[in-house]
Amino acid sequence: MSDHMKLFEVFIRSRRGLDHKHVGSLHAEDAQQALEYARDVYTRRSEGVSIWVVNSSDIVASQEGDCESFYDPLDDKPYRHATHYQLPEEVNNM
Amino acid sequence: MPDTGTKEAVKQYAIRLGDDALVLGHRLSEWCSYGPFLEEDLALTNVALDFIGRARMFYSYAAELAADGSTEDTYAYTRDCRDFSNLLIHELPRGDFAFSMARQYLVDAYNLAYMESLRQSADNTLAAIAEKAVKESSYHLRRSHDWMLRLGDGTAESHQRLQRAVDELWGYTPELFAMDALEQQLADAGIAVDAAALRPGWEQSVAATLAEATLQKPAGDWEVSGGRRGIHTEALGHMLSELQFMQRAYPGLQW
Repeated sequence: MSDHMKLFEVFIRSRRGLDHKHVGSLHAEDAQQALEYARDVYTRRSEGVSIWVVNSSDIVASQEGDCESFYDPLDDKPYRHATHYQLPEEVNNM
Repeated sequence: MPDTGTKEAVKQYAIRLGDDALVLGHRLSEWCSYGPFLEEDLALTNVALDFIGRARMFYSYAAELAADGSTEDTYAYTRDCRDFSNLLIHELPRGDFAFSMARQYLVDAYNLAYMESLRQSADNTLAAIAEKAVKESSYHLRRSHDWMLRLGDGTAESHQRLQRAVDELWGYTPELFAMDALEQQLADAGIAVDAAALRPGWEQSVAATLAEATLQKPAGDWEVSGGRRGIHTEALGHMLSELQFMQRAYPGLQW
């Protein structure tokens, strides 16, 4: 049956003030059912105050093969790191 | 508790509700590892655990009222068929998935209304158990109602299986609303639920769901009862022989 079902990614916010965190995935017929199952599969010990489910196919992800073009150019921009800057003596305790 | 007569009646009442919860919980637990897919397997067993937890609370209260050394386990593991007072619908074999879901829907709709009413009980312990049960039953009903629509208005086969299940279960539903002397006495005292009064609301919401799920409402030309008097179907004995095996073979066994 799960061959025909959609895959959803589940995000749970464990406490007020924290971010939603990816906890895993599950199969369901639609988003509403995914939400119900997320409760059974991922919140069995009363973790969480809020659940998000997202169609896995809606997630646009970077590929490992893209690493070079995505991240390597950043190495040329050391001025984006605070450590690049030499502080004047006068502010030594910043 | 006002007098010993009432106390004994409340004990019997708590055992009845405990029996309903234990027997249905056990039937649901039989799905463990046989669910149609992993997510549903976990959901089913989660619901089973809710009912077994509910049984424990009712049995513990009965044991407290009995004050004769009984525990929750005494009621679950050492009584025979004739001593069990659950409503018959709960003990029917789990059947196929459509059958289990149809039963679940019919009793969830009943349980939610029942527990909402028991929440008002003059007996504080029963009211507190009901308070917890209402939350669980709202969730159970959301699930089983959803499955009624999915299966009823699904494929030709799921529709046919669900219709057959509803037809087979229908004659067991009038018993849900039957009142005997014991429950009437407690209902008059504001302790028990007047189950008969829940019937119109239940029939209305079930009829709406059946229509929405494109199912036919059964004719209602037969009915069986007897659970509250210990007159059971053949299925209960087989179930208890599994449920009680360890305590029967090794009395007093502890984990």
